[in-house]
Amino acid sequence: MLLRAFFQLGLLLLLPPLLLGVVNRVKAVLAGRQGPPVLQAYYDLAKLLRKGAVYSRTTTWVFRAGPAIGLAAVATAGMLLPVAGEPAVASFAGDFVLFAYLLALARFFTALAALDTGSSFEGMGAAREVSFASMAEPALFLCFVVLARATGALSLSGMLGPALAPAWRQASPALLLAAISLFVVTLAENARIPVDDPSTHLELTMIHEVMVLDHSGPDLAFILYGASMKLFLFGALFVRLVLGFRFDSVWAAEAVFVGGLLAFAALVGLTESVMARLRLTRVPQMLVGASVLSVFALVLLLR
Amino acid sequence: MASWTDMVFVLVVVLDLFVLASSRLGAAIRAVALQGALLSLLALLLASQAHDMGHVLLLASGAFAIKAVLIPWLMFRAIREAAIRREVEPIIGYVPSMILGGAGVVLAFAFSRGLPLPTPEMHPFLVPTALATVWTGLLLVVSRRKAVTQVLGFLVLENGVFVFGLLLTDIMPVMVEAGVLLDLLAAVFVMGIVMFHINREFASLDTDAMTSLKD
Repeated sequence: MLLRAFFQLGLLLLLPPLLLGVVNRVKAVLAGRQGPPVLQAYYDLAKLLRKGAVYSRTTTWVFRAGPAIGLAAVATAGMLLPVAGEPAVASFAGDFVLFAYLLALARFFTALAALDTGSSFEGMGAAREVSFASMAEPALFLCFVVLARATGALSLSGMLGPALAPAWRQASPALLLAAISLFVVTLAENARIPVDDPSTHLELTMIHEVMVLDHSGPDLAFILYGASMKLFLFGALFVRLVLGFRFDSVWAAEAVFVGGLLAFAALVGLTESVMARLRLTRVPQMLVGASVLSVFALVLLLR
Repeated sequence: MASWTDMVFVLVVVLDLFVLASSRLGAAIRAVALQGALLSLLALLLASQAHDMGHVLLLASGAFAIKAVLIPWLMFRAIREAAIRREVEPIIGYVPSMILGGAGVVLAFAFSRGLPLPTPEMHPFLVPTALATVWTGLLLVVSRRKAVTQVLGFLVLENGVFVFGLLLTDIMPVMVEAGVLLDLLAAVFVMGIVMFHINREFASLDTDAMTSLKD
């Protein structure tokens, strides 16, 4: 039990930057480029951690606290998430609310730190991020409600645990709709391409990237690491929801889970390669569409 | 097996929502064509209980030929000749119309159980899917400006009627179904001609241009 908990923790702490590497490699291959090494995100983090940070004189403690609180909140949310269908490190009824709001806390502090710089540009990014998040949150909660209704459990460990396999047999259309909706939320929450382009610094289109322009050194490393961990969390949710089988051995489940996560990263990279970024006015439409899909899934379950 | 039928019904409803949300006419026409193809598949899937297999096959292939091939081809021709790609500024915006469509779907699925049916129900999703599709079609007809999208709305509405008609495949004679399909084709022809005339007179397919009188 203790060994498994450590394994989960190790997965949560070590795997996330690899996902970014896979996403970038898939994008590079599809674009006909060589691309950076798959482990590039680890090198970047190591390099940033060795550097010093520069702080503007207009900033206060909020700016320095932002990255640390952001990373801590995302990592705590990771404790609540079951890996490969096994119970999470911490779990209680209704913990999905805490999960969603820990992510919201991380976003809140990133936005505060952006506002603290006093730059109008960063304020604009914070406004965009928060307004899109307010539309992604209902969709995320509706997905959780669909899962809770389908499995009859109120904790993340219960929803994504052994009860998921029978739920797939009984309510596959509803769960499939919820999975599609969750994938859209994942793209929006992690600032991936149909919503935001993580690889440009073009003023008019940036959402997430613009908020972290003033961070440097270890702070930037925390932010990058937190962002990759958030991608990992959503990926873990999505992979477990889609591959909700029952496995005979724990290690087989873990292997399938890690394979699924890599496939998820490849799927994100594929989506980024084949889709153009949406106009900002179309993003709310996509998120409302995701919410409507989850509502439909819920109605299918409730009737 | 039942779950595949479930999936097809759900996909029909999702396509309704997609048509409501898409501003590109090409994508919307493709979605309606796919919906037509799914409906013909549905006729086959639901027919396992039916008696007359030849009748069902005829209905399914007829629906596929008309709904999924012929009409989309005509629509693509229409937008190519009128040289339009997008619906600009619908009367009800995309987000509100999607929410309205979602509300219609929810109401249809929540309350369709209470409706008395003259025949035994073939599938629990059949009536709500039909109602939701008809509602989407109506919404498209009244809320869009371009004649092409209004025709698409009519087609979606007709698809809903077809789903409802599947309930009666055992009872309804072939002639009535053929009548429905021919009706639809005739309607699209008429609308095609009307659209062509609007386009020639006003150099656009905006039906708002017809609300003001000229001397």
